[in-house]
Amino acid sequence: MSQIKSKQVVMNGETFTINKRGWTVSRVVNYIGDAIIWIIIGVCALSCLIPFIHIFAKSVSEEAAVVANKVFLIPQGFQLEAYRRIFQDASLLRSMYVTVVVTIVFTALGMFLTVCCAYALTRPDFKGGKVCTVLIMFTYYFTAGIIPDYLLMNNLHMLDTWWCLILPLCFAPYNLLILKNNLQGSIPEDLFESARLDGASHFTILRKMVLPLSKPILATVALFYAVGRWNAYSDALYYIQRRTDLRPLQLKLYYLIVAATESLQSDAGSVQVMTNPEVMRAACIIFAAVPIICVYPFIQRYFVQGTMVGAVKG
Amino acid sequence: MGKNNKAPRLPMPGKKGAAYYFRRDWQLYLLVFLPMVHLFIFKYLAYSGLSISFLDYKVAKGYFGSKFVGLDIFKKVFTHRNFLPALRNTLLLNVLDLVFSFPMPIILALLLNEVRVKWFKSVSQTMLYLPHFLSWVVIGAVAYQLFGVNNGIINSLIKSGGGEAIPFLQSDGWWLFTYVAIGVWQTMGWGTIIYLAAITNLNPDLYEAAKVDGANRWQQTLHVTLPGIRSTIVVMLIMQLGKIMGGSFERILALSNAAVPKYSTTIPMLVYDWFRANKFSESTALGLFQSVIGVLLVFVSDKFAKRMGEDGLL
Repeated sequence: MSQIKSKQVVMNGETFTINKRGWTVSRVVNYIGDAIIWIIIGVCALSCLIPFIHIFAKSVSEEAAVVANKVFLIPQGFQLEAYRRIFQDASLLRSMYVTVVVTIVFTALGMFLTVCCAYALTRPDFKGGKVCTVLIMFTYYFTAGIIPDYLLMNNLHMLDTWWCLILPLCFAPYNLLILKNNLQGSIPEDLFESARLDGASHFTILRKMVLPLSKPILATVALFYAVGRWNAYSDALYYIQRRTDLRPLQLKLYYLIVAATESLQSDAGSVQVMTNPEVMRAACIIFAAVPIICVYPFIQRYFVQGTMVGAVKG
Repeated sequence: MGKNNKAPRLPMPGKKGAAYYFRRDWQLYLLVFLPMVHLFIFKYLAYSGLSISFLDYKVAKGYFGSKFVGLDIFKKVFTHRNFLPALRNTLLLNVLDLVFSFPMPIILALLLNEVRVKWFKSVSQTMLYLPHFLSWVVIGAVAYQLFGVNNGIINSLIKSGGGEAIPFLQSDGWWLFTYVAIGVWQTMGWGTIIYLAAITNLNPDLYEAAKVDGANRWQQTLHVTLPGIRSTIVVMLIMQLGKIMGGSFERILALSNAAVPKYSTTIPMLVYDWFRANKFSESTALGLFQSVIGVLLVFVSDKFAKRMGEDGLL
């Protein structure tokens, strides 16, 4: 909020000066400057959007037009065959299902651990809190590495299970830090003191006072967990080797398109096999990207907020 | 919760035993219990796996059956023919990222700050943030769709303009270019957040004073805004320098392919290759080497930031 407010002050000041001067050389220069700025920002912004419009156009175009490289931003000869095949492909739908389930459980579990820990660590007279913080932050800067993690998963018999996608990463030091820093500043210490004097337990304070008062930051941290889990694939690449039915969507997409070592299940027995994989690939990309593209305009402000909280003390 | 030295009814003022604090704060200890158990199992137990970089580790024999070989594994790793190229590539890709990806958000933030039309600013920001939310697999897949030699839209535009197709992702030199360009594209929007926040915190009076002195917009940006966010820039730069041995495995895996091993063989890629070749000890030792250097760099850059009067990272 304060960002917009003080911006306006600056902006109003600027507008004011321009109006006072009237139609002068400096005003013309100003307009030219504005035009250049708009063009540069516009080009950068469009470069972030156009690739996805192009791929969407490809995914709904006739195969012949795609092969002939005729499709740019407008679909040529509308068809939904590629999407029909995606929704017939059991393995892709299964991957989507795995990703959704894992993301939900991961986020719920991660939030539970993070909230409990962050609240306890913000209590000023909690003996041992400092030690806990140091122990947690040490793991943030020094990670064991993927092979020790893999061996641990092996020893815990978690390889090729749901749990290897959920448990190892579900308590993230960085998210804890964000939540802790935010809780520390947002609620006055007097409130805690009086609640404690009134006989409230820490559980009650956490449930009835802290959680309702810090909804925005809770949403931020939950989204950090959810989007992080949704997008990650390197852990699954290591941990999910045999159980192909447990591949999350991003890993499936990696094997399908980037590594191109697999094709869709429906290719095997299908009569009308598409000769060129381009349309199918474009449709798969859209299939994998659409959930995020749909939600991100609504969640971006939480991310912006979280990034700024994290930057205060990273 | 009174301070302990203000509680006269307790027999021993000053030092208290663990039992006292446990009785008083058992709820808090209960709250941190599960997070700490998680931390112990998934982070600290994983550290034990690092021991295999000193063992001639065989999966069948386990930690205790494998032979202790001292630093032999490290000698083997450091003299491996792929080690120096991987080290060079890791540094090269990160330095290129630093040179090209670092200034772009600053420039964009300064430009966005000059935009006075609200809707244009928020729409372009929303578009610029999009790549940050997508997984590297999706971005990699999009890159193959755009930059492909035969099917890529960029190359078909070049060809229709009478040019030669460019192997953006298939030849070593061009791959380096594409890798860095995609990095710039992915981070340019999101990176502006920190700088825009810093600009918002600048004192509006400074601009007024500059205007009274007759400074135009360009001069205001150069002499007020830029010096105002200098400390933020320095901190971000130092943080980036601390990450010069890091680098995202997911990014490089999503963008690399068999045709371009020259620059895409980085340390995380080598760790993955060796893992697939069942060379667990070598792989772990290499990962450990990277972690240790990475931690040292973070510490050095933190000291550096603090010496310059900044908050630092730790």
